[in-house]
Amino acid sequence: MDRPPGCRYAVLRFSLRKMTRALHHLRPGERATLAEIGGERSFRRRLMELGFLPGTSVRLVRRVGIGDLVEFEIRGGHISLRGSEAGALSFRA
Amino acid sequence: MTATATPSLERALPLVAIAGNPNTGKTTLFNRLTGSHQKVGNYPGITVEQHKGKLVLGGGRAVELVDVPGAYSLSARSREEEIAIQAVAGIPPHPKPELVVIVVDATQLARNLYLVLQVIELGLPVVVALNMSDLLEKRGLTLDLDALRAELGVPVVRVSALRDTDFAPLLATIEDVLARPEIGAPGARWTPSSKELREHVRAVEPSVPAEWIGSNGDAKPNRAAQRRHALALWALLSIDEQDELADVPAELRRAVLERRSAAARSGMQIDAEVISGRYGWIDLRIGRIVRERSARTSLSERIDGVLLNPWAGFPIFLLLMGIVFQSLFSWADPLIQFIEARFADLGTLSAHVLPPGLVQDFVENALIAGVGSVIVFLPQILLLFLFIGVMEDSGYMARLACLMDRLMRALGLHGRAFVPMLSGYACAVPAILATRTMERQRDRVLTMMVIPLMSCSARLPVYGLVIAALFPAATVWGFLPAQGLLMVAMYLFSTLTALAAAAVLSRTLFKAPSVPLIQELPPYRMPHWPSVLRMMWQRSRAFLVGAGTVILACTVVLWVLLAFPKHPEITERYAAQRADAERTVRDPAMLQERLATLDAARSSEQLRASFGGALGHAIEPTIAPLGFDWKIGVGLIGAFAAREVFVSTLGVVYGAGKDADEKSQTLRALIREETRADGKPVYTPLMGLSLMVFFALACQCMSTLAAVYRETRSWRWPVFLFVYMTALAWVASFVVYQGGRALGFG
Repeated sequence: MDRPPGCRYAVLRFSLRKMTRALHHLRPGERATLAEIGGERSFRRRLMELGFLPGTSVRLVRRVGIGDLVEFEIRGGHISLRGSEAGALSFRA
Repeated sequence: MTATATPSLERALPLVAIAGNPNTGKTTLFNRLTGSHQKVGNYPGITVEQHKGKLVLGGGRAVELVDVPGAYSLSARSREEEIAIQAVAGIPPHPKPELVVIVVDATQLARNLYLVLQVIELGLPVVVALNMSDLLEKRGLTLDLDALRAELGVPVVRVSALRDTDFAPLLATIEDVLARPEIGAPGARWTPSSKELREHVRAVEPSVPAEWIGSNGDAKPNRAAQRRHALALWALLSIDEQDELADVPAELRRAVLERRSAAARSGMQIDAEVISGRYGWIDLRIGRIVRERSARTSLSERIDGVLLNPWAGFPIFLLLMGIVFQSLFSWADPLIQFIEARFADLGTLSAHVLPPGLVQDFVENALIAGVGSVIVFLPQILLLFLFIGVMEDSGYMARLACLMDRLMRALGLHGRAFVPMLSGYACAVPAILATRTMERQRDRVLTMMVIPLMSCSARLPVYGLVIAALFPAATVWGFLPAQGLLMVAMYLFSTLTALAAAAVLSRTLFKAPSVPLIQELPPYRMPHWPSVLRMMWQRSRAFLVGAGTVILACTVVLWVLLAFPKHPEITERYAAQRADAERTVRDPAMLQERLATLDAARSSEQLRASFGGALGHAIEPTIAPLGFDWKIGVGLIGAFAAREVFVSTLGVVYGAGKDADEKSQTLRALIREETRADGKPVYTPLMGLSLMVFFALACQCMSTLAAVYRETRSWRWPVFLFVYMTALAWVASFVVYQGGRALGFG
């Protein structure tokens, strides 16, 4: 809710320049450094409070069940997110 | 006088709050500390359970310990999350704690310290209980306790909530800090560094209500300023246009929204700055406190390799559910029968002890039968809560929410709605109580609105009677029993209807943005059995007390409807006939039979002349299009208290004797022989189908409505549930019966 409209494109341009990719594109077992935390305000805030912050190391543990759920390991904790929603987060390629 | 004096006496005990992230062993520690000195209530104005208990410190001094719902952070969006900040900070009407014990998982220290920093910022005296430090070794971690104490500036005590035999060091520390609060309140560890953020906070501070700060005779202006600052920061992080917070004054909301839009205009992200600031403080120090010696794949991760695997996860889950439901049906059954038998004995006893008449009838058929119909659910409820407790405590519930997310989301339900909905096959009442595992009120209420559509065990006797009486015991394809298939079809029908109802309700009345899923997968742990058993008992007892009173009241009303008005001439006529039979019939067996027939005919006639019978006649026009006559109407009225009552009420209506059940040959035969005025049978297979469809969909269960009322604290939802289910049932039965007739059946 913080962002003015049209901001999505700004993020996209920013992502291209900095060579970042959406978080759910990590392969199982792969580790990466978080670049940006996007998404709706309360989602972003809760993720940040759980330690998903730019510069933090994160590992994609596995894809869960038949859904599009993805399990991440961050700061020793295991958090699962929907793939589509994890797409709002990016890592440095 | 005493009534007003008691609360103030209780309040004389110093209040200690116990907080922490979810899955840190907080509740286990709370249970271990308070033992049996516990009581369960609700937080003011909301159905979030509040557990309180007395904790005796050394030297006989006692404090009151209150369990705060687990939270990763104090920032709040939902009404339930608001409770955590209110209870920890002591925002009215919540009393202010004199000390906060924060339970911390040593194996995930960085994330847990985030909450610790927030509580310290509030200026409340803090004691950190470092739990699970015995697991550090296994994870290849070492922890420097002195460094942690030095950095936080508050007392830190190692505990093992599961294994410690006594908690003397923790209790001694609590006592120390109560005596000298300053050693637990070192002042904010992190403060906003940017000038812009400080300005925003300062601008919001005057709007923080004075009663949130609390005077408390606090002669320390510093402490009040610190608290005001922390609450202003909290408000900036929590309030926005879409939050569901209820206790935020309009003035504070306005100030925050103004500041947030100002910040957004200047491109500043308040949330990110504050949260990164706190984590920055933690990250700078965590390397000195915790060292990783070797990275190992944890056991939980290897177990999840199987349980969350797409191919193995579902079969294993189905197997587990199979065991759960098998036990709900079969293990509970002997107990249920035992309870039913004891209540039947009690009824017989009352018949012997009390003189025949109105009082005896009331005690036997209203009081004892009413209480019995509640208690009879207890075995299933206890078992269900036992399984739910084990699944929650072991960490499996979190996995289940993930496994089911896809299916449930398609229906607009929360992933955790799955277990309550399945439990609905056994009984809707414990299933409704089981919706508490979901955080959002909307998700809980939506789940409650569809659970009663799942075919519960009380529908079984009705299906059994109708199928056995009206459908031939033929086989399909030479080996499948048609009656069994019909039973399966009824279950399938009710399940599909429930899923469809969820899909429709979630897109209309309960339309809400799908909440992004953030589900922690805590490490698997052995359940702490005393905690599981205590939770099982506390939840079951709440059901007994809450639902029990309503069911009892309804049974009494039904009894009045079916027993009044009394018609002396009927009683006299049958008394004369009895006397006549006793005089003329010599053979004792034949006499017994004759008397039983007379008694059955008498209660049948009495019923026809009762208020209930009149009601049955009155509603006949509305149920005639469904193929039902007034006698079924009486049965339906009885069934609105509880479905099982239908069979025994029909037994009374048809004079088959009061103890008629679905297996009774006489009742089946009587139903088959019942004819309309034109000589056609009332009960055709088509009408039977219509009747079963009605029972599958109608909300005929006072206990369910009572449970929904208890959980939502509002009459709105039970009324809605009743109306929409009954309307659905009527329409579906109408379609089945009239459609069937149009097609030439029946």
